[in-house]
Formats: sequence, C-alpha cells, structure tokens
Amino acid sequence: MKAERFTWMRHQLLSPWFMAGVLLLIFLSAAPLLFAPYTIISITNVLMYIVMTVSWAFFSGPTQYLSLATAAFFGIGIYVSALAGEVLLFPLVITLGALLSFLIAVLVGLSTLRLRGMYFTIFTFGLSELIRHFVLWWEVNITGTVGRWVVAMDHTTVYYAMLTIGTVTLAVTQTVRISKYGLALRSIGDSEEAADHTGINVNTVKLFSFAISAVFTGAAGAAMATRWTYIDPSIAFNPLYSFMPVLMAIFGGITRIHGQIIGAVILTLLADLLLTTFPYYYMLLYGLILVVVILFVPGGLTGLQTDLKRLWQGGSGK
Amino acid sequence: MRILEVKDLRKTFGGLVATNRVDFHVDQGNIVGLIGPNGAGKTTLFNLISGALVPTSGKIVYQGEDITGLRPYQICRKGIARTFQQIKLFTNMTVLENTRVGVTFGRSADIQGPGVEDLSFELLDFVGLGGMEKGLAKDLPIGSQKRLEVARALATGPKLLLLDEVMAGLNPTEVGQAIELIKRIRDRGMTLFLVEHVMKAIMGLCDQIIVLHYGVKIAEGPPAAIVANQKVNEIYLGT
Amino acid sequence: MSFTLLLDITIGGLILGGLYALVAAGLGLQYGVARILNVSHGEFIMLGAFATYSLHMLLGLNPIISLVITGPILFGLAFLIHKVLFMRLRKKAESAVIFEGNSLLVSFGLLFIIQNIALLFWGPDIKGYSYMSETVDLFGIVYAKNRLFAFLFAVVMGSSFYFFITRTRMGKAIRAASQDVNTAQLMGINTHWVLGFCFALGALLAGLAGSLISMMFEMTPTIGLPYTIIAIIAVVLGGLGNILGSLLGGLILGLVGNLVMSVDPGLSMIAYYMIFLLLLLVKPTGILGK
Repeated sequence: MKAERFTWMRHQLLSPWFMAGVLLLIFLSAAPLLFAPYTIISITNVLMYIVMTVSWAFFSGPTQYLSLATAAFFGIGIYVSALAGEVLLFPLVITLGALLSFLIAVLVGLSTLRLRGMYFTIFTFGLSELIRHFVLWWEVNITGTVGRWVVAMDHTTVYYAMLTIGTVTLAVTQTVRISKYGLALRSIGDSEEAADHTGINVNTVKLFSFAISAVFTGAAGAAMATRWTYIDPSIAFNPLYSFMPVLMAIFGGITRIHGQIIGAVILTLLADLLLTTFPYYYMLLYGLILVVVILFVPGGLTGLQTDLKRLWQGGSGK
Repeated sequence: MRILEVKDLRKTFGGLVATNRVDFHVDQGNIVGLIGPNGAGKTTLFNLISGALVPTSGKIVYQGEDITGLRPYQICRKGIARTFQQIKLFTNMTVLENTRVGVTFGRSADIQGPGVEDLSFELLDFVGLGGMEKGLAKDLPIGSQKRLEVARALATGPKLLLLDEVMAGLNPTEVGQAIELIKRIRDRGMTLFLVEHVMKAIMGLCDQIIVLHYGVKIAEGPPAAIVANQKVNEIYLGT
Repeated sequence: MSFTLLLDITIGGLILGGLYALVAAGLGLQYGVARILNVSHGEFIMLGAFATYSLHMLLGLNPIISLVITGPILFGLAFLIHKVLFMRLRKKAESAVIFEGNSLLVSFGLLFIIQNIALLFWGPDIKGYSYMSETVDLFGIVYAKNRLFAFLFAVVMGSSFYFFITRTRMGKAIRAASQDVNTAQLMGINTHWVLGFCFALGALLAGLAGSLISMMFEMTPTIGLPYTIIAIIAVVLGGLGNILGSLLGGLILGLVGNLVMSVDPGLSMIAYYMIFLLLLLVKPTGILGK
C-alpha cells in the first residue's frame, strides 16, 4: 500500500503542469533582477487577482454557493496593514490579516451557511457593504478622520510577499482539491442532502472551506495595502473586489484551476490596458465582456477548450 | 435482536401532524415493508429515522442506542443508510466516484488507499453495474441509477438499509431484478426496511409489514395477516 | 419626543417609504415573476432621473409631463433588454438556480454598462434643478411641494399597482406566474410575454421613481446602487416572490430609514443592512413570504 502511495505522489509531482509551475516559480523569483519596476508591479497585481480568484473558486466553484464576500476579507487585510503596519513586521502583518479574515469567515459561516442559493449570495454582498459602511461611520464619528495612511514598502518586498502568498494559495487549494476533502466539497455542491446522508459533515466542510477561501484573500489584502499610500473604506472594501474574481473565474473556466489562473491573468492585464488606453470606457467594456461571456461562453475559456476538443474529435464526447 | 425501535414518534409541521405516535420495531435480519396510501407519511418516517427531520417528540433507538436528533451524517456512520424517492445521486460524478464517496465518508471505520477502490468495484459488481464505472451518473438509465443509489448506500457499510420506493418507475423485468438484489442484500446479513407500492414485491419479500395511514400506524404483521386485515382492505387495498 | 417631531419623522418616513415602495415594487416584479435579481435596477432609476433633468433643462419640459414620457421609454428599453439578453439565458440555463445566478451576473454587466454610458453622456458632476420647491405648511411643519407631490404620486401609483395586481385579470396572471410558472403556463397564461412585460414594468416603475427623485434631490450617475440595495432589502423584507410584500417592505424601510436619519444620517445604510442581515438569519422568507 505504501508503494502505491509513492507512485501516486510521484505521478503528481512529475506531471507536466507541476513541472511547468516549478519552472515558472523559479523564473518569477528572479524577475526583479530581470525586469523594470513597472513590470514587477504589474505582475504583483496579477498575482493578487490570482489569489483572489483561486480562493473564491475554491469554495464557490464546487459548492455553487456564490460568495460576494471577497471584498470584505480583502478590505480587512488592508485595514490590518494600515493599523498594524507601523508596529509589526511585514510578515506578521500579513499573518494577522490572514488570521483575522479566517476568524471573521468562521463567524460569518456559522450563521449563514444554512442559507441557500440567492439568499447566501445577497447576504455575503450585504455583509461586505455593511462592513464598509460601518468602518466609514466609525472613522467619521469615533476616530474623527476618514481614511488612513499606510506604511510605505518597496515594490520588491511586496512582490515577493505576493509571490509567496500566491504559491501557498495554489499549493493548499490544489492539495485539498485532490484530497478526500475536495471530494466532499464536490459532493456537497452536487447534492447537499445526499452528501449529508453519505456521512459527510456538511456544515463543517462548508465552514472550513469558506474560511480557507478567506484566509489567503486577507493575506493578499494585508500585503497589497502599501500600493495605496492612503486608504479609506471605499477603497479597501470596494465591491469590485467581490465581482472581479467571479468574472475572472467564469471567464477562464470555473472548474479547473488553470482556468481560474488564466482568467485572472488575462482580465487583470486587460484591465490595466483598458485603464491606460480607454480610462473613460473601461467600466463599459468590462460590463460588455461580462455579458458576452455569460451569454455565449458560460463554461469559460477552458470550457471552450473542452468543447473545441470534442468538436475536433468528432461526435459527442460522451 | 431489535435493530431498530421507534417509540411513540410524532412529527408536526405547524398544524399538520405528519407522524402520529408511531410505535414499532424491526428485528435484525428481517425485511420489513412500509406501505400506505400517498401522503400517509412514509417518507416522513424515513426522514425521521435517517435524521433529515427532527422528531417533535418520541424516540428512535438503533442497536440499543438512542439516535434521536442526531444529524444524518452521524446516523449514516452508525450504520443506517438510505436511498431516496427522488433519486439523489451525485450526477456530475462518475459511477465509481459516487460509490467512493460512500466508502470514504460513510463508514464507522476508515478504509484507506486501494481498499477504497477495491470495495467500490466490488459493490458496483454486486449491484450489477460492473463495467460501467467510468460513466457519469447523470447519463445512466433510471434502472441503473437506482442500482447506483443502492451501491452508494451499501458503500457506507450499513447494518440497516432504508429503501424508499426503489422499484418506482421500473418495468416488470427490472422489478424482478430489484427483488433478487434485495434478497442478495439480505443474504449478506443486512436488515432491510422498504417503502413500496409494488404490492406483489412487498408481499413476496417481507417478513413483516407496517401499514401507515395519515401518519398513524393502523396495522402491523406478516403479509398474510395484512392481506386479511379488514381495516387495511377498506382504506388501502380498495375493497 | 414632542408630538410635532414624531409627526414630522412619520410623515417624512411615509414620503420616503412611498418612494422606496415604488422602487421595491419594480424590483419585486422583476424577481418575483421573471426571477431576475436585477442589480442594475438602480441604473434605470438614475436614467429616469437624468432623462427628466435633460428634458427639463433642454426643452423646458414640465417634469410632471416627463413622467409620461420617460416611463414608457424605459419600459421599451427594458423589454428589449429582456428579449435580447435574458430570454436567451433562460433558454440556455440547465436549471432555475443557474439561470438566477447567470442573470444576476448579466445584470451586473448591465450596471457597469449603463452607468458608464451615463457618465459619458452627462458627466460625473452633480446635477439638479429646482421644481416646486416652494414650501407648504402642514400641521405646523414645513414641507416642500415637490416632496408632497412625490408622495401623492407614489401613493397613487402604489394603489393603482395594488389594484392592478389584485383585481385585474392581467394582475392575477402575473401573480400566478410569480408563484408557479409551470402551472401558470398550463392554465393558458402566455408566460413568455408575461415575463418580459413584468421585467419592463419593473423598469417603468424605476423610471418613474427616478423622475420623482430628480424633483427632490440632486443626482450623479452613481446614485443608482444605493437604491438597488434598498430595493433588494425591501423585497426580501416583504418576502421574495411576493409582489405586494415589496410595497410593504419599501414602506417599512422608508419609515425606519427616516427615523434613523433623524438621529444620524450616516447610519441609514447601516440600519438597512442590519435589518437585512438579521432578517436573513431569523426569517429569510420575509413578512409575507411562505
């Protein structure tokens, strides 16, 4: 039995995707020596969206509970950085952001994961907005000043931080997805009642994976906070941070992790491009992309790939 | 040995009494049938036993242990498995994966590694789905889907199996196959509790039959006694 | 608390509630019947407001007359959008859940598109005009005429809507379709047409509300989303799928909102969200929901 385990692991480790990933990681680690600061910042941005998209799809993909709480956890991370950045070391700030997001996700999950479908989605959206309004009210009435200054950090440090967070996110989500835990998640998404009756502790599994999806987003928020020298609630808890990962995952293909990554990469670079070339139209173009994708390519790019493959092989691929 | 005891079980939904002080027991190794007109509360009773519903009052005892109020996954791991009236397979997973889920999560003692695969294959073979492991559950015809549900339930290693109208929608040949499968399951040492409308099957298979009407148990006994029971004939069999 | 103050808050709450009821009824129709949680609902409100503004500023058109113009235009636009976008989604969707999710996302796309177009067309600056802003004395409290008009209009619209939904055959068909599309179909109701009609009617109500808002408040292209959120909360409060519940939900939110705003204006959104979250946890089916 042990020998079989090793074969399986060797198979995973030697798979082309994994090897490519390792090579890419090595390459990216050396990037600051090879590229200009602007490129590094751009890659950092892409890494941020990869983390958010993969995290979101980890929970919402298999369970089909469409969460719009990403902005809440991201914003929490940002505010942790703003509040603790002067006092704590950077790695600690990131860990704190991650932990706080985890905690809040558990609290939120305990109360809301019994809501189904649309109710859950609206709830998560309402929650993110509530936090935003609350922090704003707090700053206006209690702290006295809206917004905070963030401790500056050089772009290379932020880059390596995001690279680390990104790698950890991918490693954890992939490992879990392949494990029996991932099987449980998919079962819940397919038929929650059947999963319950087949011995899966549905509540615990949902809660835990929701919390995992929050952890890395919180860490990313804490790491990225320094890209804005000044933050306020509408910057930190911008609802767009909830929608972008959803759009990116759907665009790339929600079921496979490489789809999520591709979706994040393409749309982030596209957004960068649009912001610089058509700053007045970029919302319009994003909206159009969203509508077109949902209408014509709901399976995303990787879904399109599967369809094309089937077409190529001729006949139905069943 | 009494594998299942239902004591004074009651379930109300607002003003509606779905299960009204139902009291019975199931002996180990038997095949017990549950019949009654539509709306009699048969599936509700199953839901109460499997943990999908919490009783308003009363007790459910399994192998001497009080399992009232436990969650479905806990009851599954203790050894009660069920199928559903409306088939609830993991439609987007393969036939093999459906069974694997049962083996991986539903058993009281964990099985690891290749043992999971072996057992899954064996069970699929047992229910007659050998060779169809790679197909998607949603692509199966209805008869095979029912077999898969049974396989998944068996995968959780139960001692008591609840089958909810497993023969509904099957043609006469398939009904015959289902009867054979049920007998084979019993021969493996399982206790079976069936809800069925196919009278011939119930009368032929069961050692004991319980009759439910508007949530009340109106009769209980071996098939011969039930057929002769005047109340049952009036209400249910239409004479 | 003095009686005058209480009266002031209550009347103010009713005025706001009337407006919210109109907005909520619109969204309630769209979700209740067409099963589209239209998050671009607020954008139609915004369009109604800006259209009235432009007609007033460019053509000197009386805003009350614009009500008759902007409403039908937005009706037509929404009917078209439904036909082109949402009907297609409906055909492709494998289940109701998938359709709801996809239509939610598409309506987000619409939100971005409409808001951006408005930004391009009217610019981001605050716009407003003055109409019927002379005041009137009621029970010792001073109210602007435009607010009273808005309230009266909302009441008239709300009541007509209520009668339409409960007494007319069309209204009953709509309620039937909102409860069970399949059965409604079996009973001979042309559900395809009803779905588009309801979606468009929802947008019409939004446009009307927007016109009223333009008389009372200032506007920018971003005013839409808060109203959408209020509408969603009101609809859930009244009971998802219950169209009359939306009216009730809007009214309640208006009263509560005005009360909270008299204490601290910045707390109103927080109050709405807290009501919302509590509602979802305690009784998600809402006041009139099953």
